[in-house]
Amino acid sequence: MKNKISRRSFLKGTMATACTLAAAGIPASAAGAADKEQLATLLDIRKCIGCEACVEACKEVNETKFPDPKKPFPKMYPDRVPVMDWSDKQDVTDRLTPYNWLFIQSATVKINGEETELTIPRRCMHCVNPPCVKLCPWGSARLLENGISRIDPDLCLGGSKCKAVCPWHIPERQTGVGIYLDLLPSLAGNGVMYKCDRCYNRIADGELPACIEACPEDVQTIGPRDEIIKKAHELAKEIGGYIYGEKENGGTNTIYVSPVPFEELNKAIETGKGKPHLQPVKNSMADSNNLAAAMIIAPIAGVVAAAGKFYKMSKTGK
Amino acid sequence: MDLKENHIKSNRKTIMRYLYLMTVFFLTLTGFGNMPIFKRYYIADIPGLGWLAEYYVTIYIHYLFAILLIGIISYLIIEYLLTKRKSIKITLSGYIRGSVVAGLLITGILLVIRNHEVSGFAPGFIIFLYLCHLTLVMVLLMAGLYSVIFKKKWYFEVKQ
Repeated sequence: MKNKISRRSFLKGTMATACTLAAAGIPASAAGAADKEQLATLLDIRKCIGCEACVEACKEVNETKFPDPKKPFPKMYPDRVPVMDWSDKQDVTDRLTPYNWLFIQSATVKINGEETELTIPRRCMHCVNPPCVKLCPWGSARLLENGISRIDPDLCLGGSKCKAVCPWHIPERQTGVGIYLDLLPSLAGNGVMYKCDRCYNRIADGELPACIEACPEDVQTIGPRDEIIKKAHELAKEIGGYIYGEKENGGTNTIYVSPVPFEELNKAIETGKGKPHLQPVKNSMADSNNLAAAMIIAPIAGVVAAAGKFYKMSKTGK
Repeated sequence: MDLKENHIKSNRKTIMRYLYLMTVFFLTLTGFGNMPIFKRYYIADIPGLGWLAEYYVTIYIHYLFAILLIGIISYLIIEYLLTKRKSIKITLSGYIRGSVVAGLLITGILLVIRNHEVSGFAPGFIIFLYLCHLTLVMVLLMAGLYSVIFKKKWYFEVKQ
């Protein structure tokens, strides 16, 4: 029922959304907001039972977006260029792959002295200012107005820079697919990078992302970021919990609320390739963006120096 | 006295020239470093060049030299307008290279704005900016090479 109401709220206007909110207790997810405001998701970790319904729904709904590589792969030079082929391992669900954009991480922790297993859905965090998008050298990764970051498979060359600059190293590469095959497959590019696009096409159609719709426990809630942050704080206060994703990397659109500190969770989860951490993350884009402010001063300094020289020359008459 | 002044002027010109060349060199190096090529092609394996594969380092250095370039260009433009309009004449090669540098500055500044979270450029426009920036730097390098080979100068001094 809740899902029906939420889905409807995507299609209706602000008034209808307000009614929906009151009825469903779900933060606004109005179509208007989907167009202009950044949408965020709140994940109440306590509710997740690790059933993987979200994982299955994600795979099913996004199957058409998954890579269909041509084999044999073109020989790439130099030899160190790694072939990343997941096409024969499409059933892997215990980590992120080009065919699995969401997985469940488990952590055994103590809550009130009792050993408890927590399960955490993990996927792209959809940063507010995503370095994967901003530093993509071709513009093939893009940030939608509603806060979704997605990689255009028709433009991506698979250089994996997005993965390198992502603090969680989320995107995964599949070799043998994409535009690089039509350019210089041996010398440049190496496939396409894949990651969660938060079902951007479903949201555009007024539907919920598959993982949210399929969840039997309503672990996730989607809505305008401000509302989601507010709700996350209320929830954290209510349960004496902790928040992750609000400030990480300068802010993300995936907000986790946990009954145990994320430091503890991070120690308890298995991390590594395709298995992102839960550590604090400083704003990756902050250093260069702060430096950018100096660009305003640079022309002024140049003009002042030249004007000073002119003044000195006019004074000495030379 | 005149000899001393000429010497100082010549020194200033040389310093400015080398400052500009160094800036263009590092901007080109770090600009290409923003693409995933230096690691693939072992360049980042050369001792001392490992930083070329660190994207956050290359973008930071790219920004630093962009600031320096903007300062140099602003200085040269104002200096020309205030003191050298009559004493030097910009050549065709100078105008072409100047236009390319201007194009690089404009597209570069737009890309810097784009990297701020407030920016809302259309995806197509961003791709256009990237392609322009890359094409212009290639043109600048070619034009520079052509000018070195055929001894084309940015300007020549007018005898008064």
